[in-house]
Amino acid sequence: MDQALKHTPLYDLHVELGGRMVGFGGWEMPIQYTSILAEHQAVRQRAGLFDVSHMGEIEVQGPGAAELVDQLVTNWPSQLPPGGVLYTPMCHPDGGIVDDLLVYKLDEDRFLLVVNAGTTEKDVNWVTSQAKRLGSPATITDRSPQIAQLALQGPKAEAILAPLLAADLGALAFFHWLKVDDLFGHCALISRTGYTGEDGFEIYLESTAVDQVARALLRHGQSAGLQMVGLGARDSLRFEACLPLYGQEISDSITPLEAALGVFVKWDKAFIGKEALASAKEHGLSRCLVGLRLSQRAVPRHGYDVVANGQIVGQVTSGMIAPTVGQPVALALVPPELSQVGTQLAVRIREQDIAAEVVKRPFYRRDQR
Amino acid sequence: MDVPKSLLYTHDHEWVQIKGQVGRVGITAFAQDQLGDIVFVELPKVGASVTAGAAFGVVESVKSMSDLYAPVSGQVLAVNALLADQPEQVNRDPYGEGWMIEVQLADASEVDALISPEAYADSTQSAGH
Repeated sequence: MDQALKHTPLYDLHVELGGRMVGFGGWEMPIQYTSILAEHQAVRQRAGLFDVSHMGEIEVQGPGAAELVDQLVTNWPSQLPPGGVLYTPMCHPDGGIVDDLLVYKLDEDRFLLVVNAGTTEKDVNWVTSQAKRLGSPATITDRSPQIAQLALQGPKAEAILAPLLAADLGALAFFHWLKVDDLFGHCALISRTGYTGEDGFEIYLESTAVDQVARALLRHGQSAGLQMVGLGARDSLRFEACLPLYGQEISDSITPLEAALGVFVKWDKAFIGKEALASAKEHGLSRCLVGLRLSQRAVPRHGYDVVANGQIVGQVTSGMIAPTVGQPVALALVPPELSQVGTQLAVRIREQDIAAEVVKRPFYRRDQR
Repeated sequence: MDVPKSLLYTHDHEWVQIKGQVGRVGITAFAQDQLGDIVFVELPKVGASVTAGAAFGVVESVKSMSDLYAPVSGQVLAVNALLADQPEQVNRDPYGEGWMIEVQLADASEVDALISPEAYADSTQSAGH
């Protein structure tokens, strides 16, 4: 079973640090090093370093690149300012989500698409087939094997990283990137982005450099409380911040409008899936994503039924006893008429209906502390 | 991993402390370590009956949910109420504050089917990482 799983260049480091390795999206990755809750709090209070080298990177460049990426995704990459990054769904013609991704505008005709690990192959095939169908002259290259990625997240992230670089990291705005050539002697692309709800950075670098850089960052950040963080806390952190996870809040059969990602859909341009989404919007959605808070301690999990007056009306997409919030909360897809804040629903857990109320998302917001 | 000599064990990673006709039940240090941070424990009510080898409750960690299997059959005499608010006691002190239920043994011969501390320690060493 294990022989089919791929390893990132940091595999040896994970094992050295006592990471508990599990299969995830075809990769053998650390779910935790110490404890999920301890790693979660480390990121909320100090800083955590994540190996996200398993994620995929697809470069689209050359004449026609801007037109192609604008067609592929619902957001509007060509409109990005220099040094800009955006988050976007990428849809099928029926509006279902192929994947969600970050798009880096590297140049007017050069874009880097950062996609989920488990969907990289599907995404490369999708992007390639759509380019062909649209007759795009742009060049599409799967850079995933050469590019490694670290995420440095938490309130101390800037204080740890900034002194290492000549560039003014403090001036780097949210969802912007810069290139450096002096990260422990290595070139890197650094963006102020992340998947935790905290301030922080995502660092792209050559696969051959990541082991040295990760170890040096851990040494350097030790006094600030920096520690490695596994996929378990990555999930709990993103969940509290209500950032979607592919396969849970979003999938081939869930649209951006249903998943409360409408702000990332730009109606003033053409894109694959636009007609289906416009029609769905006009005719009314059959379901939408809501936050739920349970009335008593219990663990709502992916796939559990949501119940109203004894009838199953929807499903939990993600849920847990949120570590920072300290309450059992869930994200769920329910009919729009049951989506207003304050609506009384229930989550069916082992044949018992636990009362739950629709609450505002996100469950955790950094500036509310 | 800690395997106290005074207890008996199951292959499902529960422990039992036999005192006369009463067995106190919990999960082992190995089990809590494998589960990770425990956030919820669902236990039967006092007076309920449990059956050796059958599920008597559920333990949920951040990432997973697992059934708890009764090592012995009988009526539940006591339930550790502390775990309702402090399920993390199962991680902190699996053989002490993290105990789960006490059972009035219905069939003392079931104790013979439990495994010794030595045999349990051996089995977790081969199962561990």
